[in-house]
Amino acid sequence: MALPDVQGWVRARHRDEDHTARVERLRSALLAARAEVHDSSQSAWPELLGALCVAKGLRTLLVGTAVEAQRQRRAGLPAGVRLLDCETPADAWRQRLFGEVDAALTRARSGIADTGTLVLWCGPGEPRTLSLVPPVHVVLLATEAIHADLPTALQSEAWPQGLATNVVLASGPSKTADIQQTLAYGAHGPRQLVVVLLHPDNGAS
Amino acid sequence: MKPDRGRQAGEDFAWRSRQAVADTAQRVNFRSAMDFLQEKRRAQFTDEAELAQLRDLGAALRRYSLAHLPRLLEQLEARCRQNGIQVHWAETAAEANAIALDIAQRAGARRIVKGKSMVSEEVGFNHAMQAASISAVETDMGEFIVQLAGEAPSHIIMPAIHKTKRQIAALFAAKIPGAPYTEDVDALIQIGRQALRDEFERAELGLSGVNFAVAETGTLCLVENEGNGRMCTTLPRVHIAITGIEKVVERLEHVPPLLSLLTRSATGQSITTYVNLISGPRRAGERDGPEQVHLILVDNGRTQAYADAALRATLQCIRCGACMNHCPVYARIGGHAYGTTYPGPIGAIVSPHLLGLERTYPLAFASTLCGACSQVCPVRIPIPELLIQLRNAAQARASDGVAVLRGAGAARRPLVSAAWHAWSLLYGRGLLYGFGTWLMSRGRALAPVRQGAWTRCRTPLRPAPRRLRDLLRRGQQQRSH
Repeated sequence: MALPDVQGWVRARHRDEDHTARVERLRSALLAARAEVHDSSQSAWPELLGALCVAKGLRTLLVGTAVEAQRQRRAGLPAGVRLLDCETPADAWRQRLFGEVDAALTRARSGIADTGTLVLWCGPGEPRTLSLVPPVHVVLLATEAIHADLPTALQSEAWPQGLATNVVLASGPSKTADIQQTLAYGAHGPRQLVVVLLHPDNGAS
Repeated sequence: MKPDRGRQAGEDFAWRSRQAVADTAQRVNFRSAMDFLQEKRRAQFTDEAELAQLRDLGAALRRYSLAHLPRLLEQLEARCRQNGIQVHWAETAAEANAIALDIAQRAGARRIVKGKSMVSEEVGFNHAMQAASISAVETDMGEFIVQLAGEAPSHIIMPAIHKTKRQIAALFAAKIPGAPYTEDVDALIQIGRQALRDEFERAELGLSGVNFAVAETGTLCLVENEGNGRMCTTLPRVHIAITGIEKVVERLEHVPPLLSLLTRSATGQSITTYVNLISGPRRAGERDGPEQVHLILVDNGRTQAYADAALRATLQCIRCGACMNHCPVYARIGGHAYGTTYPGPIGAIVSPHLLGLERTYPLAFASTLCGACSQVCPVRIPIPELLIQLRNAAQARASDGVAVLRGAGAARRPLVSAAWHAWSLLYGRGLLYGFGTWLMSRGRALAPVRQGAWTRCRTPLRPAPRRLRDLLRRGQQQRSH
């Protein structure tokens, strides 16, 4: 039996759109899924993060080393906000993860405009539980890394040639409709998903 | 093969159906839930041409996977092993449970948290663990509700679809320590969240299902909205994924079209909140994730369907539940009346392979053959045709040459068979048939007024005063004049 023509389907779905249109499609899909979307840039996001922490009353923020590498992030944070690194083994910060952490900050490897999806490439620098256990998940996403759809993301990033042990496609805050088909947020994962779009520094934000 | 057992199955199903139909409150729940899910799906597929193309592709991908099933399963096993996932094969439900129990005991697990898995329901996983004094807690909100109530899921996607928020409010207040009575859905979900957080923190083992197993990369794809699937596959030291052998696909690029069909058909979502792609336990340097990942591949009767060219289409199923959401029978009797893990049209064609026709043949007859199921099936399973094939097998003798299925002939009744035999003799002989119908129209006054189940809600059948051939002859004579 011949291999089905997946590429034909991908080509048929192809749409001509520019970068801005793609970003806007991602934004509207995320908003429809009740995520928050903010605009910032590669250099200015720590200030925005600081403002978000104040506005939301977030006092303890867990950060993976993937973001930790960006030393400038501390600059924008107000005095009351504490940063927790997860460099110790999981079991040592698991207690804190469930108890005292208000939010986690991670990066998304890429985005998918069609479905408003963040590609979370979990690994040493970005533990899986960061985007899962705390009630608020703040994600940084570079707008250049937004693909039109999932087949394109999978192809252009060559996923079949090297997946992380745990890849999560996240498309909004955790939710359920298991009680009388009524949508409720924050079922088991984060109640709030806050997406910070990082536009190129020289471009408009 | 025992006819008495077959009759028992028929009577049990009829009894459960009557009970369900008489339960007005439950029928209201199901009707509104079905309307909701149908509307959600419809809103996703506004472009008929796009839907048709995608369904063609989905069906082709599933048929391709099944056509190459042995090779793909071997490739999946090899790639998973390379990724550090331990692969186990279970021919029966009991074997699947024994493998899981062995893994749990070796890991010293006392508590298991479970993500939604219909295969674990199918094999009776919770019961098997309880028998070994290991607690198995359902963490999908719907499954959690159903487990608290001591019931079984009534729908494969929305397990607690038969319950109202009032019933759930009362259940939580009675069963969860410290939970207040509230009918606010947000508050109820938060009660469930809190109750299960403790379980997630403490469980040594997590169990999940699998939506697609990718042979090329050794990846387990798991679809969910709540995040409980992520919890179960991330926090405990050991993760067991359990799934049917039919869930394998060859390439990662085969997942997007099937995923799109699955989530849009099931809940009317363009994608679920979380899609997990799991390709192994935690690697060196990683700070969390399970230390062991096991994959249990379950047969449990699937090879019987696989062996028959037509029935093999049963295994194309991606478990979206659209067939039950659109089934007029399911909407009226609900999921529990079927008495099987998988209810609705898909349950009627899957269950005979898992449990034998002798226990499940009534389900093949519980259909009007209206075809709504096959019209919405994202992978184009010809469900009505398969129902007819199962009906035939249930009434066939082994010597009739129909595919030999477990429990074939269970619905066979000597009197019914004799009646059909007589009819076929009569119908095949024009003169004899003409005489027979003449006799019947003459004797129409003798037709009984009570005709068993038929006259319970219908007027009695009586032969026409004139035979069709007489009416036709008269019509021809009138036209020619």
